[in-house]
Amino acid sequence: MSDNSELLLAVEFTGTGIHPSSWRRDDSRAEELFTARYWADLVGAADRAGVDFAFFPDTFGVTSDASTVRGRLEAVGLAARLTAATTRIGLVPTATVTHTEPFHVAKAIQTVDHTTLGRAGWEVAVTPGAGPVALFGRKDEQDTASLWAEAAEAAEVAARLWDSWEDDAEIRDVATGRFIDRDKVHYIDFVGEYFSVKGSSIVPRSPQGQPLVAVTVTGDESFEFAAKRADLVRIRATDAEAAADLTTRIRAAAGDRPVLVLLDVDLLLAATDADAAADLAQLEAWAGAPYVSDTIVHVGTAAGAVELLGDIRGVNGVTLRPLALPSTLPRLVENVLPVIRPVVAPATGTLRDRLGLPRPANRFASAH
Amino acid sequence: MSRNIVRKQIHLAAHFPGVNNTTVWADPASKSQIDFESFVHLARTAERGKFDFFFLAEGLRLREHRGRIHDLDVVGRPDTLTVLEALAGATTHLGLAGTINTTFNEPYELAKQFATLDHLSDGRAAWNLVTSSDAFTGENFRRGGFLDHSQRYVRAAEVVDVVRELWDGWSERGPVIDREAGIFAADTDIAPFDIHTTQFDLAGRFEVPRSPQGHPVFLQAGDSDEGREFGAAKADAIFSRHGTLEEGRAFYTDVKSRLAKYGRSHDDLKILPAAAFVLGDSAEDAEERARHIRLQQVGPQTAIAFLEQVWGRDLSNYDPDGPLPDVDPEDNVTITRGRVRHAKDPRAVAEAWRAKAEAENLSIRELIIEVTARQQFVGTAEQVATEIDHYVQTDASDGFILVPHLTPGGLDEFVDTVVPLLQERGSFRTEYDGTTLRSHLGLRHPHETNEGVRAS
Repeated sequence: MSDNSELLLAVEFTGTGIHPSSWRRDDSRAEELFTARYWADLVGAADRAGVDFAFFPDTFGVTSDASTVRGRLEAVGLAARLTAATTRIGLVPTATVTHTEPFHVAKAIQTVDHTTLGRAGWEVAVTPGAGPVALFGRKDEQDTASLWAEAAEAAEVAARLWDSWEDDAEIRDVATGRFIDRDKVHYIDFVGEYFSVKGSSIVPRSPQGQPLVAVTVTGDESFEFAAKRADLVRIRATDAEAAADLTTRIRAAAGDRPVLVLLDVDLLLAATDADAAADLAQLEAWAGAPYVSDTIVHVGTAAGAVELLGDIRGVNGVTLRPLALPSTLPRLVENVLPVIRPVVAPATGTLRDRLGLPRPANRFASAH
Repeated sequence: MSRNIVRKQIHLAAHFPGVNNTTVWADPASKSQIDFESFVHLARTAERGKFDFFFLAEGLRLREHRGRIHDLDVVGRPDTLTVLEALAGATTHLGLAGTINTTFNEPYELAKQFATLDHLSDGRAAWNLVTSSDAFTGENFRRGGFLDHSQRYVRAAEVVDVVRELWDGWSERGPVIDREAGIFAADTDIAPFDIHTTQFDLAGRFEVPRSPQGHPVFLQAGDSDEGREFGAAKADAIFSRHGTLEEGRAFYTDVKSRLAKYGRSHDDLKILPAAAFVLGDSAEDAEERARHIRLQQVGPQTAIAFLEQVWGRDLSNYDPDGPLPDVDPEDNVTITRGRVRHAKDPRAVAEAWRAKAEAENLSIRELIIEVTARQQFVGTAEQVATEIDHYVQTDASDGFILVPHLTPGGLDEFVDTVVPLLQERGSFRTEYDGTTLRSHLGLRHPHETNEGVRAS
């Protein structure tokens, strides 16, 4: 194994794990999926072990497949709920932009940044399909290009709203009776194809200024979004070469803008390789299908995972996606993290501080 | 006081100081309106005092005065649901109530968000439902325009019905997780919905299983006849403005008398007026503190701004310590935007204010202090406890939503001195009996009948 201690580590927290049959394991805690205790236990353990980010996927609608986990909690609320249960980890919920209000999403993410003292991110996603359209009943179904064009507008609105208050807008000037200097609170006057938002945010600027924007690259449209707007870019690739190639293309397209690229790694850990293989075989038997992924998969021991992660090059980090939760997590935090991340950085400063990302200058501050 | 007599129990809530001139930001003890620490302080103080719930207001556009952002009061606040979620992790029993607008949100998303809060707080969520009709706020949302004023309660009622149907979508028993059979949740346990109303067309299946309270608690604040009727039909508690004893009793009797026609009983709806309080070592001390607070709440610039709301014109050249303007008001209803206060007939109001100022020899600032006074309890802890108990025992209310004037320590003294006295009187809990907000408020689970047992 080579030294790769700079590798960023994220964990995606999806229900009982990303394998559709994972809930059937005896140790799955499927009955607790809708309790705070479950999420605080899992994400708290990752936080203490020094995991850099927790991703919380979300969408609208419930699957028609009764043999998989059905139902989920709203991810931004879940991330906020974990404020007190965590101290260091970045909390990155998905908020889809297709059926939501950009004004609400922006201020909710901004507020998570306030409650966590600067640990918030936002994974931008779109929600295709007629099912979600029917749940809301106010839009027509959109094609991929339209969904991502709308996402670009939503991200632009959020970025402007997050800057709409200058950092020193609150003055509390007793002599003049003024709580704010209103010249430092700005309308954003966004007029787009999908919506218009006057602004300003109702929330003062948050600790990171701009919470981190994340996106998963799944096609040309999300690639373009990643290159133009994301701070954290999640990618999927089935081998190291493809990952490095995609990363190079993303960085080139992003130009001078710093982007951190994280490669998804599907993970199932057990005491021995044979145990892990047996666990996977059981999941596959339940599902009635072999497990197929569009990214790197490690089914094996913690030592094997350490070796795999040590050899990863070209990307800034990985997003570990446990096939089964909580079972893979104890091995991850007890046997993998301490090896590749022997020193956990203290819980000081914001997420941007720890990542070495600058706090963005306010786009409105130069206006006077 | 005999403890053998079961007294009517008082319900108390703590309102986080809001973005109006009630909140004194100039006091050296006043801390951040945004830092999460401030919210945690007030919530934990309320929980230490065994309060029923914490309350957070909302406004979706910064207020404007004379075409610019109003800068004299507190400006800015965090997102309501997000703060309540974060507080769920910092408290264990306290109810968590927030104002959320039904005009600029969609019911499917709201149902998901409140069900999430109810799950993640183990049954402590409450929604103060407001429906606005202003295009000013609409400029921040997809909807853009606004709702016709007459449609406000139509939309509000439809939202309540829709979210309740969504919350009831999963069967009472929740997902019946059957590892052996490989069924996480059967189709038969997630009823589809197909809803068509004047405002909404929705179809599908809801994605959150039943939450601990079944339905989060509904609060409502509306004083018109239509608003009272809506409250009687749909709400679990009414956040009222009728603070005086006589007005309170009249409102209480009126609203409670409307319950029967909806098949609801007297205890199914709580009446909780907003009230401020000022405590002192003696009655005189409390009065003096109250006077000082009123002067802080109505500073010279604030006095002029209030006057401008009625006069509809720039009065910045007037001396707040001098007499009222002799010019007449203009009809300018948009001088202040983003809040509800508008004089219905500016000329009549101006005339009445002039007469009052003349009769009582009041300056502009003194007059504004008088006419904007809200219900408050002023006195020693003993006096305030006695008065609050009297209001509740004589059916002027079921309790109060207390509005401190200082962030975040404005409730500390009340909890330390008044709460123990209310407890001694046998009128207020010394421990939480249950874990859910419905339990604290003595509300039934939504699917229990009139004869059913209370929520645990």
